[in-house]
Amino acid sequence: MITITEFIQKLEEEFDDIEQNSLTPSTNYRSIENWGSMHALIIIALVDTEFDVSLSGADLKNTQTIQDLYDLVVSKK
Amino acid sequence: MIQSIDHIAIRGISNAVPKKTVYTRDYDYISEAERKLLIKTTGIESRRVAEEGICASDLCFEAAEKLLQELNWDKASIDIVIFVSQSSDYYLPATAILLQNRLGLNKSTLAFDVSLGCSGYIYGLNIISSMMSSGILKRGLLLVGDISTNSTNYKDKSSFPLFGDSGSATALEFDQIAKPMLFSMGSDGSGSNAIIIPGGGTRNKFNENSLTEEIISEGITRHQLNIILEGLDIFNFSIKEVPKNISSLLSEASKTVDDIDFFVLHQANRIINETIRKKLKIESEKVPYSIGQYGNTSSGSIPLTIQTELNHILMSGNHRMILSGFGVGLSWGSVMLSTSSLTIPKLIEV
Repeated sequence: MITITEFIQKLEEEFDDIEQNSLTPSTNYRSIENWGSMHALIIIALVDTEFDVSLSGADLKNTQTIQDLYDLVVSKK
Repeated sequence: MIQSIDHIAIRGISNAVPKKTVYTRDYDYISEAERKLLIKTTGIESRRVAEEGICASDLCFEAAEKLLQELNWDKASIDIVIFVSQSSDYYLPATAILLQNRLGLNKSTLAFDVSLGCSGYIYGLNIISSMMSSGILKRGLLLVGDISTNSTNYKDKSSFPLFGDSGSATALEFDQIAKPMLFSMGSDGSGSNAIIIPGGGTRNKFNENSLTEEIISEGITRHQLNIILEGLDIFNFSIKEVPKNISSLLSEASKTVDDIDFFVLHQANRIINETIRKKLKIESEKVPYSIGQYGNTSSGSIPLTIQTELNHILMSGNHRMILSGFGVGLSWGSVMLSTSSLTIPKLIEV
């Protein structure tokens, strides 16, 4: 399992409309500029292909920060 | 369910699309940043949109005429025609019967419609091949396509920029030495609300409120006759069921990904299809896309992708492919089949 720092790097690569190193574990990812359903899809796709973990829309709704998201993935792994 | 169907060869595939091209970059209902992300995630740069009055049957008709001409098939030799679509000409009669007359096929032709969307091409192949495999019906036409753009609302960013229109014709023939087609099909009506046009049928009849727009959320306004797309639900369904479905076909046939020349997936959107591809560990060269130029063309997307991306390859030699359709229903199906020197006329623009 990758570290949260690596997880953040991957997220930043996927959301190519945000600056590198702009996200931290405590960032509320929904507050990312222009946040929308496309970002949610990107997260679910990333988690599925990288970690073989399925996240539902409801799973996402229960998380706020990137740390929450990371912990959720770890708990499902 | 896995099924093997013998003695049916695909002889040719033809497609027609509307002339009118619409570009995602011009969709000014959303911000430029949103447009950029939409293009990156869905892969859709442009799509073809039918002008008012053009039906899916018109596109399928043009595709069929051209295909019969290039195959040099006598119209009287067609024994069965099936129209697969969720945009039929009328409530009734069935569009396939109108097409029997319009194409000048015999009155002895079997003609009927099948109401399926994204999985429709695979179901259509399954049905027509099953009916023809006993050898009584020698030649068949499978007409598959949709006009989806007339069900979308400009003010619904979750559906409007995704769909394109197309119509196809596939010619099939009874052939004792044809290699078997191997199908794996599935359905799950519990997911029906993920993709639905709720109004206008007999459950919620057309009434004075059918066209009343409702604000669902930021960027999503629609009425009862507009299509609803629940993106996350569709995404989760697709990446769960489709890799499983394709894997079951491969294992039933004792084949691996390496034994297959091409995997032609329904063009849902790029992120869904790429996730499926990565989960199955298929090289990107084997998974063609037409979505960039044509959008999600619903039931027509598999034959359209074969036409626009593989025509030069499939027009000669033998190739083993897996085709997979998945979506509205929810419904899905995959087929492993072999092609041999297909006839593929030039893409028609209507």
